[in-house]
Amino acid sequence: MNDFIAARSQMALSLGFHIIYSCIGMVMPVFMAISNYKYIKTKNPLYKHITQAWSKGVAIFFATGAVSGTMLSFELGLLWPKFMEHAGPIFGMPFSLEGVAFFIEAIALGFFLYGWDKFNKWFHWFTGVVVGVSGVVSGILVVSANSWMNSPAGFDYVNGQYQNIDPIKAMFNAAWFSEALHMTIAAFAATGFAVAGIHALMIFRKKNVNFHTKSFKIAIAFGAIAAILQPLSGDLSAKGAAKRQPAKLAAMEAHFHTEPYSALLIGGFPDTVAKKVNYGIELPGVLSFLVYDNFKTPVKGLDQIPQKDQPNVPVTHYAFQLMVAIGMFLLLIGLLYFFALWKKRAWLTKNWFLKLFIAATPLGFIAVEAGWTVTEVGRQPWIIQGVMRTSEAVTPMPGIHYSFYLFTFIYFTLSLAVVFLLSRQIKMVPELYDVN
Amino acid sequence: MLTVVILFLFFAILLYFLLGGADFGAGIIELFTSTDNKSRTRRTMYKAIGPIWEANHMWLIIAVVILFVGFPTIYSSMCTYLHIPLLIMLLGITARGTAFTFRNYDAIKDDKIQDLYNYIFVYSSFITPLFLGITAGSVISRQIDPTAGDYLNTYIYSWLNWFSVAVGFFTVALCGFLASIYLIGEAKEQFDIKRFTKKAVIMNAAAVGFGGLVFLAAEVEHVHLAYWIFGNPVSLVAVIAASVSLMLLWYLLIRGKTKIIRILAAFQVSMILLSVGYRHYPNIIMIKGGNNLSVLKDHAPMTTITDLGWGLLLGSLLILPALGYLFYSFQRKNNIV
Repeated sequence: MNDFIAARSQMALSLGFHIIYSCIGMVMPVFMAISNYKYIKTKNPLYKHITQAWSKGVAIFFATGAVSGTMLSFELGLLWPKFMEHAGPIFGMPFSLEGVAFFIEAIALGFFLYGWDKFNKWFHWFTGVVVGVSGVVSGILVVSANSWMNSPAGFDYVNGQYQNIDPIKAMFNAAWFSEALHMTIAAFAATGFAVAGIHALMIFRKKNVNFHTKSFKIAIAFGAIAAILQPLSGDLSAKGAAKRQPAKLAAMEAHFHTEPYSALLIGGFPDTVAKKVNYGIELPGVLSFLVYDNFKTPVKGLDQIPQKDQPNVPVTHYAFQLMVAIGMFLLLIGLLYFFALWKKRAWLTKNWFLKLFIAATPLGFIAVEAGWTVTEVGRQPWIIQGVMRTSEAVTPMPGIHYSFYLFTFIYFTLSLAVVFLLSRQIKMVPELYDVN
Repeated sequence: MLTVVILFLFFAILLYFLLGGADFGAGIIELFTSTDNKSRTRRTMYKAIGPIWEANHMWLIIAVVILFVGFPTIYSSMCTYLHIPLLIMLLGITARGTAFTFRNYDAIKDDKIQDLYNYIFVYSSFITPLFLGITAGSVISRQIDPTAGDYLNTYIYSWLNWFSVAVGFFTVALCGFLASIYLIGEAKEQFDIKRFTKKAVIMNAAAVGFGGLVFLAAEVEHVHLAYWIFGNPVSLVAVIAASVSLMLLWYLLIRGKTKIIRILAAFQVSMILLSVGYRHYPNIIMIKGGNNLSVLKDHAPMTTITDLGWGLLLGSLLILPALGYLFYSFQRKNNIV
């Protein structure tokens, strides 16, 4: 493994795990605050127990999210020093604000976790809300930093020099809103379905049904609404990509040839040598329509992009297809849930219904990973779109593959530990809480 | 605004040393506690740092962010030439933070697994400040050599030298000292106060011992530490102030003032950082051949510094009161219970 590939793999691995920890770490506090609110309002102790059970999950994910985030703040420099040397002053603003938001989150979490029955209950509840809000704000800020890499702004690049730097303009680059929106909704959808799925499993096994049903309801409400809203933000993101990163959109769609009535591709296996797609379903004009609101305008294909500026087409395409497929599936079962709530209440306790949600447990996060792959692999070979290549940014230090193996070991161990801890938390629910 | 940003950087590093350092120290104390008393130590420690430990480690993030936004060349040089010690420090931070959380949030407290968490926690509490100290020592050791050309001289000897390693152990001893002084104030029973006092004595002796080694190693590696510190009035005064306050600390401890002494301990560490930091200012990374990196010269464009400065100022308006209230309320509530 050469050092460049090792560095990219290590970064992908680190972000791939961090994105899961941090999505859960930012969304679960919201669930926790809702359940705590219900407890204060209804005085039903079950909600207190749910809040406490979830808060333990939050603590576990916050700790893993915090340490993996700390690692990333160094890895940016350890692996990509040339990138950070130039980009740091331009796109670093959201990171410094994120530092602040994250700090607030840690303080508020200290209050919430250790403050049960020590503070006024509304103050205690408020600290839980602050955990949620600052978590979401942190997420938005970090994604806005990433969006700058896709849509660089706030500087002039003249003869290899970065001039007239404006960090605020860089932060509010053209892609920040659509990307932050898409990621935030994705975090709610993925976490909502994952949490709901685990509680559905417990209902299915007839364990503490009352406790798990109440938990399920809170989680799925967020998951389902987010899944239903997501296609709208996805559309915004794709339109942005067409404008700013045509190579990325072309790779997502395996769109080899620029021609009028550009087709939307469903599935299919791209053949990059023959420049065609095998076994895909093509819907002529639909891609043009989605991007330009009319069926005729041609969408830029890979034939208009130099080979050396193209991302890996199959990877980007498969990842995109996977993300969309899962998104559609979650949207459907989200709608199904609301339909059942509205018309067919009996379904809610049926085994087939529960099984559907159990099956969906990991799907949201698979979609998040796939979407992340689309945005990162789809930007290659650039680390700053159109300005700096990833290969120019990599550290000169040899032997990065050892560090990659080490990180692989660490992240897998860490994730196993988290799964182990969560399963023990769930197993102990009847012992830890009075759930009847 | 550049001054504001530099001050924030200094205070973020200082606070990380003090608060994060005391956290690491708690693990170091646990490492050197006899098996019989380990769980007592753990209980006191958990009550003392449970609610605040996450926040304590945020200072590192703030410092890193200031470095990479405001002083990108300094950050990228550190990351390149001190890649390995930083990496080990990071692994330590990860292992430590997660083990600490996991051992508390494991719903089933079976001894075997708890022992594993404890084992990881205490050793990473030792390794992390060791490599933090090695990194800190390396930036002023003049061993970083971008022109070396070969792997060993560029990426290994930049930090693996007597001076950096001695600073590493000195840091570990300081962390242990900070933590034991802090825990004396948290302990409720005379038995624990005695135990932690004994630890403080040992850690103090260790700090003095390793401090001596740092000077010795400095001479071996041709780092003019003695000259830096004793050759200018500010550093000299800082060192004297630290020594006097150390005597005062022991006097007050004997008189049973278990809370006030932590301020003195923090003061000593601050003075040590100040005495070294001041002499180098504005240089922050000393490079072989004298092409040093300076916070006054190698900073980001002023627009970035201005925005960063405002961000930090506004951010601290939010953070500091909240953090103060967090410390205050758990301090008070712990004393009621």
